[in-house]
Amino acid sequence: MKKDIWKEKTKTCNERDATFTTVSGIPVKVLYTPDDLSDFSYDHDLGYPGEFPFVRGVYTNMYRGRLWTMRQFSGFGTAKDTNKRYKYLLKHGQTGLSVAFDFPTLYGRDSDDPFSRGEVGKCGVAIDTLRDMEILFSGIPLDQISTSMTINPPAAMLLAMYIVVGEKQGVPSNILTGTIQNDMLKEYQAQKTWIYPPKQSMRIITDIMAYCSEHVPKWNTISISGYHIREAGSTALQELAFTLKNGFCYVEHGMKAGLSVDAFAPRLSFFFNSHLDFFEEVAKYRAARRIWARLMQDKYNAQNPRSYLLRFHTQTAGCTLTAQQPENNIMRTAYQALAAVLGGTQSLHTNSMDETYALPTENAVKIALRTQQLIAYETGVVNTIDPLGGSYFVEELTNELERGAYKYFERIDKLGGVIKAIEKGFFQKEISRSAYEYQRKLERKEKFQVGVNIFEEDEQPKIEILKIPRAVETAQIRQLKKIKRERNGRKVREALKELRRAAEGGENLMPKIIACVRVYATLGEMCGTLKEVFGEYHEPIIF
Amino acid sequence: MARKIRVLVGKPGLDGHDRGAKVVAAALRDAGMEVIYTGLHQTCESIVEAAIQEDVDVIGLSILSGAHMTLFPKVLNLLKKRHASDIVVIGGGIIPQADMKKLEKKGVKKLFGPGTPTSEIITWIQEATVKKRSRPKRGTVKPTKKLRQKAAVKRRSGKKSARQKKKPKHKKK
Amino acid sequence: MRNRRCAVDKRLRQLIRGDKRVIAQTITTVENATDPKVLEQIFPHTGKAYHIGITGPPGAGKSTLVNVLCQHLLTDGKKIGIIAVDPTSPFSGGALLGDRVRMTDLSLHKDVYIRSMGSRGSLGGLAQKTKDVALVLDAAGMDYVFIETIGVGQVELDIAQVCDTTVVVLVPESGDSIQAMKAGLLEIADILVVNKGDREGSDRFMLELKFAFELREQVTGWDFPILKTIATKPEGIPELGAAIAAHRSYLEGCGMLEKARKIKLKRRIHELIENRISSHLREHMIGEHELDTMLDKMYRRKLNPFRVAARIADRIIRPQ
Repeated sequence: MKKDIWKEKTKTCNERDATFTTVSGIPVKVLYTPDDLSDFSYDHDLGYPGEFPFVRGVYTNMYRGRLWTMRQFSGFGTAKDTNKRYKYLLKHGQTGLSVAFDFPTLYGRDSDDPFSRGEVGKCGVAIDTLRDMEILFSGIPLDQISTSMTINPPAAMLLAMYIVVGEKQGVPSNILTGTIQNDMLKEYQAQKTWIYPPKQSMRIITDIMAYCSEHVPKWNTISISGYHIREAGSTALQELAFTLKNGFCYVEHGMKAGLSVDAFAPRLSFFFNSHLDFFEEVAKYRAARRIWARLMQDKYNAQNPRSYLLRFHTQTAGCTLTAQQPENNIMRTAYQALAAVLGGTQSLHTNSMDETYALPTENAVKIALRTQQLIAYETGVVNTIDPLGGSYFVEELTNELERGAYKYFERIDKLGGVIKAIEKGFFQKEISRSAYEYQRKLERKEKFQVGVNIFEEDEQPKIEILKIPRAVETAQIRQLKKIKRERNGRKVREALKELRRAAEGGENLMPKIIACVRVYATLGEMCGTLKEVFGEYHEPIIF
Repeated sequence: MARKIRVLVGKPGLDGHDRGAKVVAAALRDAGMEVIYTGLHQTCESIVEAAIQEDVDVIGLSILSGAHMTLFPKVLNLLKKRHASDIVVIGGGIIPQADMKKLEKKGVKKLFGPGTPTSEIITWIQEATVKKRSRPKRGTVKPTKKLRQKAAVKRRSGKKSARQKKKPKHKKK
Repeated sequence: MRNRRCAVDKRLRQLIRGDKRVIAQTITTVENATDPKVLEQIFPHTGKAYHIGITGPPGAGKSTLVNVLCQHLLTDGKKIGIIAVDPTSPFSGGALLGDRVRMTDLSLHKDVYIRSMGSRGSLGGLAQKTKDVALVLDAAGMDYVFIETIGVGQVELDIAQVCDTTVVVLVPESGDSIQAMKAGLLEIADILVVNKGDREGSDRFMLELKFAFELREQVTGWDFPILKTIATKPEGIPELGAAIAAHRSYLEGCGMLEKARKIKLKRRIHELIENRISSHLREHMIGEHELDTMLDKMYRRKLNPFRVAARIADRIIRPQ
């Protein structure tokens, strides 16, 4: 037996003193063979691209038909500054927009709120009213571009603004395409941007799903996000399991609200991280597609094949970037981007090398975008679908992650479901433990970061940094004051009163929010009104 | 048993990235310190008030939102107003080097960039606390000139004896 | 020397005035036992605060409950000190103290002082340290001193000895383990609270508790209340405040408050004497070196520890 001979020989070989595990700690064998896939059936477990269970990809000919959307997450300063950056990116071949909002906007606070001091325009673009949104998309035809907005508690308000900007451009809402993140579950678990308690948040989300299925049918109403779970320190398995479980939680809520599963499930999309461990990441995307397809069919009885498709956006892992030797981040990002492409992503953001210092400069963003273009146009990896499919290792790792995910599903169910588990701090505890464990592995040198705990250099890097001038905050506040002076105050008060009434009752909030937006109610006014009715969330602190 | 080092780990402002703060808090605990964790979204006022009531040796702020040039100076000012500038303020997060220098000039004692091992933070805090505690506290008696001279003599002679002890060792070799 | 006394007097005055920085620093001194004189100086100024213990299993919502209860009490212009005890890691001696997070509404209030403590933060047992810290808050003019601890094990029984009224907080989920708890936690309760009362099974749990405590009421004569609260809403808080007030006037009315406090003082003296003697013995009378040399013999069973102990003790009790 050839295998036995090889096995005998390995006993005489010395192994390097290293831990052979994935970055998430899954042990990796020295070799994978057909023995690892003993009861594996191609048709049942893999199938064909665009066919059940979609392991090899959600579309029939994948990148032979259309490349992924190159979508760089971007936003800083005022709407005018960001508009300029968008035009720059589109000029250099970007194919979709992705809006980064500043912290006050993410929390539904106006730029003149005391809590916003020092934060306006810093981490993204500042949006207070419809006026800012008009400037943000001026000269960008909304019927020709898809836009992704990373926004959660105030997602309804920003979507409403986008719809009204479309109207003003003469673009009806039923042809708008894009995504709002609108994934509150992962906010409570990992990203920690919240306003209202979970129950009320779920109501807003189902209102958006219901409204969009009728009026904005091409819009992705939730981008169920593992990205932030991973960034907060989870393992690949936790990212996979928690994200999918959140997805099923939205499905259950939508169904409970009386929507037919096939009416909204095709509009759910996903957002994953692409971390350092190449094969683990590829396996994660493949496992995700299979789990989603199977459970949507078997458990939730979806009939529309589009409900089975797990379409996803990927961002390379910000948490793997290092401040030391920052140019190395270009290589890290390239490998991560390649894993996302080989994992069959629908759109991709590549991080810039300077992001451990500040928001990226124009030049750094361009290199990041070029990284994607290189993969698409030079490497040839797009010529055939799922080229790693059939690899003994990749298939076994896919199976292993899938098994692990089902185990987590069981544990979460035992705790009473996702929201109960959030209240008990289950996810938060799991994630912060993994984060601490990983940090300890780095410090024990079981895992490595080049430039940080191996191949270190003493010299401080000299790199160009994007500076957001303080003047942005004052300019933004001045603009906000001007709008408040010029708008019709009575109409604003009336629209807000209507919003409150709908919030107290059960009426869909979306039309009321759109009415508020039209009369230039501020984001803070709208979110504040809902806060008065819905209350505020306070986190259980668990280590 | 030695007096425990008490550290407040705080997240001021709107920034919700608490991975770093939590990892550092856990590492400080495992190094035997008492860590007061404030949770997210704290105002500078409540951080300073907590630091004073908890009588911490060190305040560690984690800021990844870019608002560091606003929030650090605010905390320093509030401490000054409360006559509590002896509490050591340190921090970490996404902070460009030029800003780090400016903040250190304003009175932030140390800023740790991404990739800093927790062991480095622990050692820094341990050393800073020893230094801080050896300074006389506000409100306690200031040593008279004579006493200070005495102490200085003691310190000097202490150093000498240490050196003297070392020398014979060399000779033996 | 006079200089020093002046400074001490000044700090004492600041403490009594309720200067939070001075309170904080005095607590640190007391907690670490770095200046034994401090407690003597402040003792004459104590005896006015009413001590309330809040204890219960982890996750019962104690901090949130204290937060809303104190807000309720503050409306009467009262001053409140809170001691929040969290477990210390048995491995490192460090602790993560996170209770403040749930009390942010309070921590900026001018009449509130909150202090977090690790359960094994310093020399001596927790109960003794907590008593000392409570004395500082008492001297600082607090009308109420709250002591919040996790009710697992021996700690909360000791804490109950510090407090005039002990409130045990449970949640409906605690129902499963009620038999186990009856012996420990519930024995020390003057008031029982079922928090998170909007959760499933809370009414049934209340009934079970009522049934279990019928007997006890007849023994003590105190009309033992079992209350339902929802701290996050909040609901049931004025009722809890009233129950605490009722327990206080019950204690005062039958003279129990004075009696109990005298018993506590007596116990305190016992403790202090024992501490002093045992540390003296350890330091001066029982030679560690001598013991170490005998350990080897004991390990090999050439000597027995009972005999050794008796011999050493006799030497101390009946010195030649």
